[in-house]
Amino acid sequence: MISMLLGLLLAPLLAGLINRVKAFFAGRRGRPLLQLYWDLARLLRKNMVLSRTTTPVFLLGPALSLASLVTCLALLPLGGPALLFFPGDMLVLLGLLALVRFATVLAAMDTGSSFEGMGASREVAIGALAEPGMFLALAVLVVQTRVVSLSELWAHRGLDLWNSAGLVLALVAVALFLLLLAESCRIPVDDPNTHLELTMIHEVMVLDHSGPALAAIEYASSLKMWIGAVLISSLLFPFHTGSAWLDLLAGLAVVFLVTLAVGLVESTSARLSMLRVPQFVGLSSALSLLALFLVIR
Amino acid sequence: MTGTVDFLLVSMVLANLWVLGSSRLPSCIRALAFQGVALGLLPFALYPGHITWDLVMLALVSITLKAVVFPHLLKRALLEARVDPQVEPFVGHGVSLVVGVASLALSVALFRRHPLPIVPPSDLLMPVAVSTLLVGLFVLIARRKALTQALGYLVFENGIQAFGLGVLQHAPLMVELGILLDIFFAVFVMGITIFHIRRAFATLDTMEMAELRG
Amino acid sequence: MLVSLLCLLPALAGLVAFWLPPGPRVRRLLPAVGAVHFLLSVLAWNEPSGGGWLGLDALGRVFLAITSLVFLATSVYAVSYLREEPAGLQPDMGGEDPFSNAKESVFVGCLLLFLASMTLVCVSRHLTLLWVAIEATTLASAPLIYFHRHRRSLEATWKYLLVCSVGIGLALLGNFLLVLAAARGASGGAEVLWLDGLAQGPELDPHWLRLAFILLVVGYGTKMGLVPLHTWLPDTHSEAPSVVSALLSGALLNCAFLGILRAVQICAGAGQAAFAQQVLVGFGLLSMAVAALFLLNSKDTKRMLAYSSVEHMGILALGIGLGGAGVFFALFHAVNHSLCKAAMFLVAGTFLSTFRTRLVARLGGAIHTLPVAGGLWVAGFVALSGTPPFGLFLSELGVLRAGLQVNPWIAAAFLVSLATAFVGMARVVLTVALGPPVLAPPVRESWGKSLPPLALLALALLLGLSVPAWLAEGLRQAAALVGVS
Repeated sequence: MISMLLGLLLAPLLAGLINRVKAFFAGRRGRPLLQLYWDLARLLRKNMVLSRTTTPVFLLGPALSLASLVTCLALLPLGGPALLFFPGDMLVLLGLLALVRFATVLAAMDTGSSFEGMGASREVAIGALAEPGMFLALAVLVVQTRVVSLSELWAHRGLDLWNSAGLVLALVAVALFLLLLAESCRIPVDDPNTHLELTMIHEVMVLDHSGPALAAIEYASSLKMWIGAVLISSLLFPFHTGSAWLDLLAGLAVVFLVTLAVGLVESTSARLSMLRVPQFVGLSSALSLLALFLVIR
Repeated sequence: MTGTVDFLLVSMVLANLWVLGSSRLPSCIRALAFQGVALGLLPFALYPGHITWDLVMLALVSITLKAVVFPHLLKRALLEARVDPQVEPFVGHGVSLVVGVASLALSVALFRRHPLPIVPPSDLLMPVAVSTLLVGLFVLIARRKALTQALGYLVFENGIQAFGLGVLQHAPLMVELGILLDIFFAVFVMGITIFHIRRAFATLDTMEMAELRG
Repeated sequence: MLVSLLCLLPALAGLVAFWLPPGPRVRRLLPAVGAVHFLLSVLAWNEPSGGGWLGLDALGRVFLAITSLVFLATSVYAVSYLREEPAGLQPDMGGEDPFSNAKESVFVGCLLLFLASMTLVCVSRHLTLLWVAIEATTLASAPLIYFHRHRRSLEATWKYLLVCSVGIGLALLGNFLLVLAAARGASGGAEVLWLDGLAQGPELDPHWLRLAFILLVVGYGTKMGLVPLHTWLPDTHSEAPSVVSALLSGALLNCAFLGILRAVQICAGAGQAAFAQQVLVGFGLLSMAVAALFLLNSKDTKRMLAYSSVEHMGILALGIGLGGAGVFFALFHAVNHSLCKAAMFLVAGTFLSTFRTRLVARLGGAIHTLPVAGGLWVAGFVALSGTPPFGLFLSELGVLRAGLQVNPWIAAAFLVSLATAFVGMARVVLTVALGPPVLAPPVRESWGKSLPPLALLALALLLGLSVPAWLAEGLRQAAALVGVS
């Protein structure tokens, strides 16, 4: 319960953290850490402009994404078991994430704008490669532990696993990190700060949203980032100190470290050309497969 | 020592994927050097109880050749021939990566179905060796430039050497040195030939070399 | 002792040649080393097989003798050839930019190193050393092919280097698989690689042994020019200087064949001779048939000779595959083929330097322009096509009889291929020799260029008339060593 509330509360902070890291590397002071919170508040106060060509699907997109992502949070263990857990909950998580993509893409196509259609097509192309990668990465962990629930995975493992199967975990960690970059539209794949529609992926799909709908989308994408970071933290660095608070704190620390790493990658690497993106995402699948070979031998 | 062995073997596989996925020749050459280091260290991790002076010397020679001399020779051929450092594949990088992973899957399946008569020091060694060998052959076929063909040959040789490590615990020193010497001269002669090809054809594209037929 | 000297002499002479200035001195090194090497090989004929890394057995000494003899003949030819090669740029017969030659000292040095590596192939007593030596032959001969520095020879060199290196890489894998086949439990079976230890044969695991044999045949077969692994062979033989082509065809292909024979020896020792023989019959018939088809359509003298080599390599593989007397006659065929083919390439080289083309369409009347070389050309063709009284007639007849005993269809396929090849070669050879002359007759022929092919063909003729007892005995011992029944 607490971890879910923390997620809802802290998710927008990650974006601010990344921006500060990037600003630091660029030698600037950067936006305030809490900028996204102010932006969301401002957007919520505004009116919405709806194009006459749109249908209710246009508004259903943000709503559905937000709802799915909040449900995802309920399935995520962090410093303790999640609010909900049952065998196979990881499949529900992946399904919900796919639903988010579906809703966003549908809303983008609903506008009938050619730019948004292009963005939607790119998003789906990346998703088609990222989703199998996600499945593979989780499959490695499942095969290794024979446990099919995220919370049990968290409870089942300890950090000493790094001694016996460090190589596997390292490969999965890198694979999940690459997927995190791809899924949360970060630099080698997509640039959240770009200003040219032709080069955008995620940003171009939401051009027509405004006001509270845009706020929902912005909030949803920060939740997505949070979910990715928590997955890495809980599944690969499960601290079991004995005290629930310490576990939670350690888990949160890893989440923020992952965020810092994302900022680091963003400030040191350039965006890949669109043709290379499938390879980048495919690489994570390759790493997961390699880990799978190591596990099943 | 299984951890170290696995680490080195995974490094070799990653180097394969690196060679397959990279679009720049210098980057491919670096991957080759990286693979050479992993391969050179492998005997120590595989047979920790049998470290002799012979073995140490051999590893030193092997690493020096594969991680320093060969990449240097290839890089010099690249620089002196002023080659455009694009890889120019026949088969795209994405498909190549799939082939790389598939070769590993194939090798794993192969050795599951046909168990070896000996117990290799690591059950991953033989699959990785065969997959490296297949990747080398694939690079030979699927890339246009003469330089990438030489690169593919070296990856292929690395695979064979890794295979030999699993089979022959102590190959006679003289034989090992002979093999290394041969490969060294092969790379040397190939490097010189690449330089001449560039001068005579103004390209390294092997498709341009198609005068002889019939 | 003698055996090490045989390897060291040409190797050291080759290294020395690299540092000598180009000129008559470095050229004369070739026949000098060739003669000494030949003398040593003759002495070594009677030396019993030594233990350890180097030694001569009945098979090795046959192939060493061929190699040494062919080298001696080509080295004499090479002196005249190098003397007549122009120093600077020369016009390209393919219509491209003029080209120059590589440095003479490098050429001579590489020739000698090539001899050293081929000698090492013949005297290796360990399969991996054999591998090292065969790969060394590739590397020593690659610069030889690029002696004429034009684009076609470069293309041939690259193809040769790459195809052969990869092929031979597979043979190394075959060696490792042999070790696997011999392994029991955790201990390796590295002893299997020693040729002296063949007695422990029956212990080998048949499945891994078969796989190993196939890889060895594919690997060394690439070097030997068995179809479909022959792709490098016509290009290399046609673009290399004729001296080198003669050595490649007359000596190098045999050395690769020796590699395959060693693999057969091991298979036979382990009771898997039948499998090995099937594989070789398949490769042999395929090589003969495909080469014969290419011969029908040859437009180029040296490419024709190259495809003829592929065909004869097919005969060798077939002879071993048939077993029985076929093994003896295959070895006898190897001797005869080397003599004739080396002579033919040398004559083709003389034609090339006189007419400046290899294209059949632009050649003719060679027998009028160059009476000696033209006569040798026709004689060589008669010998190569297996007409009596040359030695090839006897050996082809022997293989045919072995085929008839095994399966008449094999014999029929053999005969059809031979006949097709004969038609194809006859068209080219007779057009070149007897067609309308393209050059006025008075062209001076040097003895240095006529004598070596003359001597080689004379030997082939002698072998057809009567096989000396010592040679027959040597071949019989060698055939027994191969071990297939």
